[in-house]
Amino acid sequence: MMTGNTALQSETHRLTSWEDLHALQQQIIEAHDPNQSRIVVCHGTGCMANGSAKITRAFQEALEASNIEAKVMPGIKTTGCQGLCAHGPLVQINPQGLFYSRVKPSDVEEIIQKTIVEKKPIERLLYKDPDTGEAHHTEADIPFYKLQHRLILKNIGKIDPTDIHDKITAGGYQALAKALFTMTPEEVVAEIEKSGLRGRGGAGFPAGRKWRGALAAVKKKGGPVYVVVNGDEGDPGAFMDGSIMDGDPHAVLEGLIIGAYALGAEKGYLYVRAEYPLAIKHLDLAMQQAREYGLLGENILNTGFSFDAQINRGAGAFVCGESTALFTSIEGKPGNPRPKYVRSVEEGLWGKPTVLNNVETWANVPLIIEKGADWYSSIGVPHSTGTKVFCLVGKVKNVGLVEVPMGTSLSTIVEKIGGGVPSGKPFKAVQTGGPSGGCLPYESRDLPVDFDSLTKAGSMMGSGAMIVMDEHDCVVDVARYFLRFLEEESCGKCLPCRLGLTRMREILDNFSHGIGSEKDIEDLQSLSKAVQDGALCALGTSAPNPCLTTLKFFKDEYVAHVRDQKCPAGVCKDLITYYIDPDACTGCRTCAKQCPQECITGEKKKPHVIDADNCIRCGICMETCKFGAVLVQ
Amino acid sequence: MLQQAEILESVLERYPSKPEYLIFMLQDIQADCGYIAPESMEIICEHANVPITQGYSVATFYQSFRLEPQGEHEIKVCLGTACHLKGGERLVENLERKLDIHRGETTEDMMFTLNTVNCLGACAMAPVAVVDDEYISSTTPAKLDKSLKAAQQQ
Amino acid sequence: MITFQINDTPVEAEPGWTVLETARHYGIEIPTLCYHEAVSPSGACRLCMVELRDGDWSKLVASCIFPVAEGIRIYTETERIDNVRRWIFEMLLAEVPASPEIREMATQYGVESTRFSVKDPDEDCMVCGLCTRACEEIVGLSAISLMSRGVHKKVGAPFSRPTEVCVACGCCVTICPTGAMRRLIESVRETPEVTLTPLAV
Repeated sequence: MMTGNTALQSETHRLTSWEDLHALQQQIIEAHDPNQSRIVVCHGTGCMANGSAKITRAFQEALEASNIEAKVMPGIKTTGCQGLCAHGPLVQINPQGLFYSRVKPSDVEEIIQKTIVEKKPIERLLYKDPDTGEAHHTEADIPFYKLQHRLILKNIGKIDPTDIHDKITAGGYQALAKALFTMTPEEVVAEIEKSGLRGRGGAGFPAGRKWRGALAAVKKKGGPVYVVVNGDEGDPGAFMDGSIMDGDPHAVLEGLIIGAYALGAEKGYLYVRAEYPLAIKHLDLAMQQAREYGLLGENILNTGFSFDAQINRGAGAFVCGESTALFTSIEGKPGNPRPKYVRSVEEGLWGKPTVLNNVETWANVPLIIEKGADWYSSIGVPHSTGTKVFCLVGKVKNVGLVEVPMGTSLSTIVEKIGGGVPSGKPFKAVQTGGPSGGCLPYESRDLPVDFDSLTKAGSMMGSGAMIVMDEHDCVVDVARYFLRFLEEESCGKCLPCRLGLTRMREILDNFSHGIGSEKDIEDLQSLSKAVQDGALCALGTSAPNPCLTTLKFFKDEYVAHVRDQKCPAGVCKDLITYYIDPDACTGCRTCAKQCPQECITGEKKKPHVIDADNCIRCGICMETCKFGAVLVQ
Repeated sequence: MLQQAEILESVLERYPSKPEYLIFMLQDIQADCGYIAPESMEIICEHANVPITQGYSVATFYQSFRLEPQGEHEIKVCLGTACHLKGGERLVENLERKLDIHRGETTEDMMFTLNTVNCLGACAMAPVAVVDDEYISSTTPAKLDKSLKAAQQQ
Repeated sequence: MITFQINDTPVEAEPGWTVLETARHYGIEIPTLCYHEAVSPSGACRLCMVELRDGDWSKLVASCIFPVAEGIRIYTETERIDNVRRWIFEMLLAEVPASPEIREMATQYGVESTRFSVKDPDEDCMVCGLCTRACEEIVGLSAISLMSRGVHKKVGAPFSRPTEVCVACGCCVTICPTGAMRRLIESVRETPEVTLTPLAV
């Protein structure tokens, strides 16, 4: 997709020293005219789903057909997720840095004419503050970005992930060269230890201690040692690891190679979820390009250090995010977790010492090596250093990717950066950590978001999903949703998980039908405890968390279901009734035509009525009504 | 049938005879044939040097594998958390009613297979559905209807 | 020798032993369903959970796979363990109602009835996987395996069809703790009659 430096790309050659890498970086920078216009189109999953590929194509066709002088002919660049998914497709125009949101293919001609040729912004396309209506010209002006601290996401949305030159311009592989040429493996491990980096995949185990443990195991039992990237991001509602892999694949790769150098590994594995085809494609391309430049494979940068990696595509199993299940999967077996009382740094893949870290953890490694552990640990809070990338989704204005220093308050993330709930009301709860995490109520909004504070509050960091709920979301329904998800994803090996999750879900099903007693609520808590204590792996032991935290903070809502047969949020189907507000209904008949039960009646242009006895509560009438006349009781 | 044999041969050529490549081969054969036939399974397991029980266990453990031919068009409805909160479940129920099949099944005329997925990572567009490879954002039953009709006419 | 405590009593174990092996050596009762000396332990049924304590800290571990270590303190009867066991038994009563063996064991641990709905009154297989481990590790054939996952997990032959690989040695039938394999083997082996050969265990 690059049109700027195709000439350079054909001159691929192996880099054999740090000077070579510097020289290449300089050469690429000099070849690029900083004043040349560049159209940057977001090709993250969100924007792609909104048709950004069509926009890129429209730009290419329009530029080909145009008679713009070669000198001012803009380049087109496609990038990974630029973050503000809710306002996609996003297009930025450089060097001005103009930030256009919700761009349509029909806007393309105008952008070329006005912004590229005449150098004027198009007011209509600029991002507008949803509250004040104020237009912001560049990314840096937008509050969503202004309040973030983007280290991991720094290049994502800026560089073309399919072009190693873009990455090298942005300083890619400098950390690797620094490690190889100026540090011993031992010094690399020590630097990671000193940085306080904790695993971003869930439990927050210190990465340095893990690496140290693997070194000790190799000393004790001998090698080989493997390094593994856990890219099996299965949390529903989380896409940060996917965005890192498809938006800045070299960052993950560089971290992995540095880790391999520190640990003496010759072989690495990137286990990537099959639902992320773009991540797999970009990582594969990144590896090919890195090999061509001598940054991966035999004799890296002529230092005598050799390391190569391969991608394993997941085949659809959430449990494979659990480290031992991931190992059995790489070995070609069903992803059943191993009963583990031996740490995987000692006996991991094929029973050999293995260091498995999550995508974001690996992507932090080059930053630490390049800028130093002291710099890194100055960001965040004492026991949770650095930044964390969150996926802000659900009932929040600015759905997207957010990166903030550890310890930032929940309200800063959800209300200031996320813009709060679309209706303007306070949020009801935030689910952090996905299906294994917990629900935090509005009262926890001042909670600093770091590993230990979240655990203390009964939730967990998880991989970093943040699902915002408003008063129309029912906690019983949410707990039931997560249990159903985990029930489907349970490997079925141990009895507490295989039998317990189903039975817990059945109790919640009953609640959603208004069946149950306060004794059942107690039983649910007792069974939750048994599953927590008894299950074999982290999927099972953490599965009761959403249930237990919603019971802790929203017990009244549970009681309302079983005692009063009411769903206060108006979600649980058996406890609600759809009705039509006669004052708002215009009698347009749209709902009546769409109703699969044909249970909406009334004369044309007169208020209609829903026959509650025949209604199956599918909600189609409510969705199709343009006047908001269909209501829920 | 000859075609399937050719596909199988080219898949086997790509990978060494090792158990760790079992999943790779099953994925490749499925990508090309749409499903894994019993005969392909036998040959792949032999090549990977594993008992056929392992291949079958693997194929029934992971969600993405199919052991039966699939419909001409695949509808995937995302049931990730964001999509759930915004009515993904209702979309599936409507499709089940309309196509007269359950999730995971194929219509009798082999036209549509209805699947659900746990998060496609397009949470800002929730609820999301995918018909073949076309993403539908902020999906409504009416939008789905249109896409199904378009797919059918192809 | 490794010295540690079970229920506040000092015990000695050979290096490499598990807590369960040690407990059984001393005649301390710990219930198990998926464990058999003849095959590798899988830690699946979780009935053998014991409590590991260190000061105020404690956690439950599966004794069949937990290796002994110097100085650890293990308890085999605590409130937490009881809670796990009782729930597992209560759920098993609904899951495998056709197994008198499970009913008897549950009664021993004070669980007589279940509040859960029964899906299949004839079910007697609880998918402990002893049969498949026996077929793989003792017989060396892997004619049967665990298929599907989660609630759908079950024992059988590939494509749920009878398999030529099965030699009808009966090893799986012998090791099955509920007798379910007597019924299941008919779907694995084309000829239902199974001649039992003596086991070398």
